[in-house]
Amino acid sequence: MLSENKNTTINHVPGHVKHDGHNMTGFIIFLCSESIIFFAFFVGYGILKVTAPVWYPEGIDGIAVKEPLINTIILVSSSFVIYFAEKSLHKKNLWGFRGIWFITMLMGSYFVYGQYIEWSELSFSLQSGVFGGMFYLLTGFHGLHVITGILLMGLMLYRSFLPNNYKGGEMGVESVSLFWHFVDVIWIILFVLIYLWQ
Amino acid sequence: MTIINYDQRLVKSKNPYPKGPNDWKRFFSFNTDAKVIGIQYIVTALFFLLLGGLLGMLVRGELITPPSDLFDPTVYNGLYTMHGTVMLFLFLFPMLSGLTNLLVPPMIGAPDMAFPKLNALAFWLVPVFSIILLLSFFVPGGPASSGWWSYPPISIQNPLGKMINGEMLWITAISLSGISSIMGAVNFVTTIIRMRAPGMGFFKMPIFIWTVLAAQLLQLLGLPALTGGAIMLFFDLTFGTSFFRIEGGGDPVLFQHFFWFYSHPAVYVMVLPVFGIFSELFPVYARKPLFGYKFVAVASFGITILSLVVWVHHMFYTGTPMWMRNLFMFTTMLIAVPTGVKVFAWIATLWGGNLRLSTPMLFCLGGLFNFIFGGITGVMLATVPVDIHVGNTYFVVAHFHYIIFNTIAFGIFAGIYHWFPKFTGRMFYEGLGKVHFALTFVGATLNWLPLHWAGLLGMPRRVASYDPEFAIWNVIASIGAFILGVASIPFILNMVSSWVRGKSAPPNPWKAIGLEWLLPSPPPHENFEDDIPTVLNEPYCYGLDKPFVQDEQFYIEKSFKKH
Repeated sequence: MLSENKNTTINHVPGHVKHDGHNMTGFIIFLCSESIIFFAFFVGYGILKVTAPVWYPEGIDGIAVKEPLINTIILVSSSFVIYFAEKSLHKKNLWGFRGIWFITMLMGSYFVYGQYIEWSELSFSLQSGVFGGMFYLLTGFHGLHVITGILLMGLMLYRSFLPNNYKGGEMGVESVSLFWHFVDVIWIILFVLIYLWQ
Repeated sequence: MTIINYDQRLVKSKNPYPKGPNDWKRFFSFNTDAKVIGIQYIVTALFFLLLGGLLGMLVRGELITPPSDLFDPTVYNGLYTMHGTVMLFLFLFPMLSGLTNLLVPPMIGAPDMAFPKLNALAFWLVPVFSIILLLSFFVPGGPASSGWWSYPPISIQNPLGKMINGEMLWITAISLSGISSIMGAVNFVTTIIRMRAPGMGFFKMPIFIWTVLAAQLLQLLGLPALTGGAIMLFFDLTFGTSFFRIEGGGDPVLFQHFFWFYSHPAVYVMVLPVFGIFSELFPVYARKPLFGYKFVAVASFGITILSLVVWVHHMFYTGTPMWMRNLFMFTTMLIAVPTGVKVFAWIATLWGGNLRLSTPMLFCLGGLFNFIFGGITGVMLATVPVDIHVGNTYFVVAHFHYIIFNTIAFGIFAGIYHWFPKFTGRMFYEGLGKVHFALTFVGATLNWLPLHWAGLLGMPRRVASYDPEFAIWNVIASIGAFILGVASIPFILNMVSSWVRGKSAPPNPWKAIGLEWLLPSPPPHENFEDDIPTVLNEPYCYGLDKPFVQDEQFYIEKSFKKH
């Protein structure tokens, strides 16, 4: 058998490869790792909530659920909206993609706005005991991820106007969409922990 | 013969990586070639080995006499904290990233890492966080002084009340180091999963690749927990939150959980690639196949999984409930099983082999010997009653250094010598290498063996002065430390002079099997370029009639051609 391909190197595979496939693998690995930071915070929250002698800061016996619930519904549904944006890109409907993608961005921005309103109306601060610190740490860290997601979406929207940019792979769009689902799932856990488990 | 159906997207692209300058300047530029980055990492790490060693010798200089006379006790606290931090985060992690960068692409037949730019970025974070860490010597109040584990409440005291203090810089540097490590880990795992040569299934990968994969997965799963803890510690220190402050309702023990959930596996992140180096080198220098290849490979993952559930053994004496102590004593002892599998496999590989005692092999044998010793004291420490007795004494320090220096650093030196001809294209001087080994082995043994006795007798760690009854052990240990310092001279001399004017190296000076040995020394920019070999067997078939790759002769001939 060896003698057969002595003079040919046809079995040898070209060494220069494009990295599209790697990018997605790498991004998924990164997200798994990123989720561990949140997981650490969640575990910390749970342990402190169960063991801390004083949980809520003085003068507070709970936290309003209604407005955050509306916020949650907006964020969770944006995860469905972004799916349709991705789908229209797969169907080569570029304007459909841009439109639905932009709606997702608006929903994300509304969420950040809602978060801002909630923060500005609260009567406790970062320094108000364990709960104060945990509340701002978790919502703030998650909020940073939402803002990152919106900025990334803006970048993808800009890239859709570059000629022929989305003809080949939609790796960037797929990654951002995956990131958005990730941010969404994290929020659901966070909502259950902070708002529902009182 | 199987024909590998390659993805349609794997098409040849023009000039995928911008080529940097080709002379020495490339080591000082933002170069994306994994081989350049590997050497950048290794040389940086060796510089910090000298610095960390200097700090260590200062610590041993203080401890040569019982009273605290060389330094003020506060300065001493800063010294051992920075010694530990420099050695772990500035020497060991960058060093192993460097070896991994050099070895992974050639060993799996890939042209480069999956994300070359990310790779370069991960490296250039090292000088950034190193400078931040070293700047802390010059801020008011001095560097972080709460030990490398930085437990609250000591670490969040901030006595001077300044916003920028040693501890704050320490946390910043450690977090940046974490970001750099995560970038590296994403890169290594993606490269290993997706860029192996055709035919190289998981059970044909070299053990080094197995151990790197296991170690980097551990990095990905564990490190973010420390980052989470570090963020909370930073908030406590700087913004006055009370996650870990008792007076605000927080829980300082929670930080210990975050810290050890990563920092125990961190030891395995460091030791696993060294196990890989042992597994690569023993077959080469014993001229025998690796005993139990598949078991050794799978044992790496056994270690990864188990090491995620053992961290509380560092906290037996910090008020953990009894059920937790028993549970974690059990899991910790279980780790001895996969580790034992490896040790037995190495010994069986050596058994009856035709041993060639060159410098890399000597370091391997020394490392294995020390590892068995350090492993036994490890099992002792895992036992709750023993641990409560010797916890926070020099017994722990001695055990830890037997693993971290006498095993890991020995393995690293073995790896550096073994692959030096491959990546520099020059042979090193064997005589100087043997002098380096002898001094290192004698120095390390004198340094840490006596400290076991001091610890068993109850000498506490992290204190500048001690009872005169421990003096004899400390004098021997300090002499050992200074011998270790001297040992760096033949090493530096050897590396520098061999690289500059050593004999030029053939492609395969050790007659080793492995994809990297089918390349010229030093390998060309993209390793196999357009002719990636098809792997037929695992790379340990010494003396067996099993070909390693298809058309082996073609590659051997090619490796002798100058590029």
